[in-house]
Amino acid sequence: MSEQAQARQSAAEILSSYAGPHLRIMEVCGTHTHEIFRLGIRKLLPPQVDLISGPGCPVCVTPVGFIDEAIWLAEHDVTITTFGDLVRVPGTKKSLAGARAAGGHVQVVYSPLDAVIYAQEHPEEQVCFLAVGFETTVPAACLAVEKAQELGLTNFSLLTANKTMPNAYAALRDSADVFLYPGHVHAITGTQLCEDLAEQGVSGVLAGFTAKELITALAVAVRKAEEGKPFFVNAYPRVVKPEGTPAAVALIEKVMEPCDSEWRGLGVIPQSGLALREEYAAFDARKKYDMPHIEGRANPACRCGDVLRGACKPSDCPVFGKGCTPMHPVGACMVSGEGACSAYYQYGGGVL
Amino acid sequence: MSEQVTLAMGAGGKQTSELIASVFAKRFTSPYFTADDAAVLPRPTGQIAMSTDGFIVSPSFFPGGNIGKLSICGTVNDLSCMGARPLYLTCAFVIEEGYPLDDLRTIADAMAATAAEAGVVLVAGDTKVAGRGQVDGVFITTTGVGEIVEGAAPAGAKAKPGDAIIVTGDVGRHGCTILLARDDFGIEADVTSDCAPLWSSVEAMLGVSKDIHVIRDATRGGVGTVLYEIAEQSGVGISLDAASVPVDPAVGGVCRMLGLEPLYLACEGRLVVIAPKEEAPALVEALRSAPHSGGATIIGEVTDDRPGWVVLNTEIGTQTLLPQPGGELLPRIC
Repeated sequence: MSEQAQARQSAAEILSSYAGPHLRIMEVCGTHTHEIFRLGIRKLLPPQVDLISGPGCPVCVTPVGFIDEAIWLAEHDVTITTFGDLVRVPGTKKSLAGARAAGGHVQVVYSPLDAVIYAQEHPEEQVCFLAVGFETTVPAACLAVEKAQELGLTNFSLLTANKTMPNAYAALRDSADVFLYPGHVHAITGTQLCEDLAEQGVSGVLAGFTAKELITALAVAVRKAEEGKPFFVNAYPRVVKPEGTPAAVALIEKVMEPCDSEWRGLGVIPQSGLALREEYAAFDARKKYDMPHIEGRANPACRCGDVLRGACKPSDCPVFGKGCTPMHPVGACMVSGEGACSAYYQYGGGVL
Repeated sequence: MSEQVTLAMGAGGKQTSELIASVFAKRFTSPYFTADDAAVLPRPTGQIAMSTDGFIVSPSFFPGGNIGKLSICGTVNDLSCMGARPLYLTCAFVIEEGYPLDDLRTIADAMAATAAEAGVVLVAGDTKVAGRGQVDGVFITTTGVGEIVEGAAPAGAKAKPGDAIIVTGDVGRHGCTILLARDDFGIEADVTSDCAPLWSSVEAMLGVSKDIHVIRDATRGGVGTVLYEIAEQSGVGISLDAASVPVDPAVGGVCRMLGLEPLYLACEGRLVVIAPKEEAPALVEALRSAPHSGGATIIGEVTDDRPGWVVLNTEIGTQTLLPQPGGELLPRIC
């Protein structure tokens, strides 16, 4: 057996032999949710350890109103550039796919810089990029704005719904006993926040994404939880340094500033979002197009909000797998590959 | 300026004849290739299999092949999967006005070479030219007839619990190649398409045993989609050993970067074979001796557990379901 496999096996043994009290571990990151399913990691857990899927899928936490705003832009002759997932997320009345079918311009891109290039190549169009995502993707959106400024583009803007984790952890602190912190967010922001949370009584382990990294992080979580004191462990030191990536943080601070932000399912969390600073107002779609305030309304049957808070499992939702499937999603969590509902559905909805 | 296809070349007159003579007839040199309205062919003795397939891949040239090679492989492989020795093919081209004649020649060269390798002859063709923008480059449709080898009767509904599942090589190369060739992601990796005519592989297997339950070529949707189809058609469960599914390291790397599952990327030169367990080792050996299936290996077995599902035995010793096939990953892959 390789050294890797041995390490994994001993971690797996620690996990399965956990004999402490009921423990709720929330994987905050959507990629963790997906990998945990893909690897069948739940099978290693004793019955009193619950893995709860948290709010870490950027598409999932984006509120209905944001989709409505994007559709408003598309209906006002603005070309929407976006990651593909967002196109199928239902808004109040329709999705961006619906807006596209009705004649709106919706262009899928793979990076914010592609959106800038698109704007440069189509000077006759007004181009807006839908900036969603956490600290991991914000730097790329900031770079896009800087690039557009450098190129002197006047037809490029962002519609921002970026989110940051610190205040979300605080909002979720009662939903879980231990957070499995998202490795890539903290690769940018560093670990100070996690240390501070531990001092405030919030426990967590920073996890990587391979089988060994995930199982090790979970083993650390149960071992530490047995000791009964709040803790923080960086189980992904290969990538996450205590200081994070200062250059990326500086870029975010230069271009964006904190704002209150609405999370699907969690409501408005103070200072949990990012918006463009006043100096970059020319690139802020809401200001540039003098957009009205748009309040979205989610399908009342959909329990995405409860799923994102860890208050229910996807399979507890009345429309899961019936009215709501990846082909015909009712809620955002069924759209993205990182969404908890999509992961549950794709992996059989608990068949195995 | 280099020569280009013009609308007149598709009008049916003298210029059409010249296009056919200079590009196609020169390369498709079978005695049956006809200037008349239909090819007249000797009748095979066994049952015949017949199949047709349209090819619209974008880009039409990619590492490891082009749309011409693909158009021969696709139909040859469909016939081969029925246990049929491919005999005759026809091809129909829809070409965009302005298409470079040199590219068309390269495509015809690839078709001729691939057909010769597969032992199939091109017996008739059709050429149409569409106005600029009405078609993207060149689209090809091929139709083929093959003769079923006596005793062979593979079909998707015949998988039985206890059967072994064989894949004839590493998975997902064609899909990955096309994805990289489009350069949407800015990723560079050394991946070539697995596009290949597979009659030689099927012939090698039939030489060992006729008792083969299912043969499928894993094209669009990849091996994963094929396995779900077979599980459904045969009403069986499928158990895969994740670690034994062969994946080229570069393909695996690209997939990890983009969050893709190699089992769902298209292949154009890979078969999924399901046969009784006791026949499997000899079949694998026969496959490995054929030119395009040197990487053949057993990846799992058919079960009576969880009919309709594909269960993966993971690298960490747990079981998980292979996610069900989703929508089209990439349009215009073949």
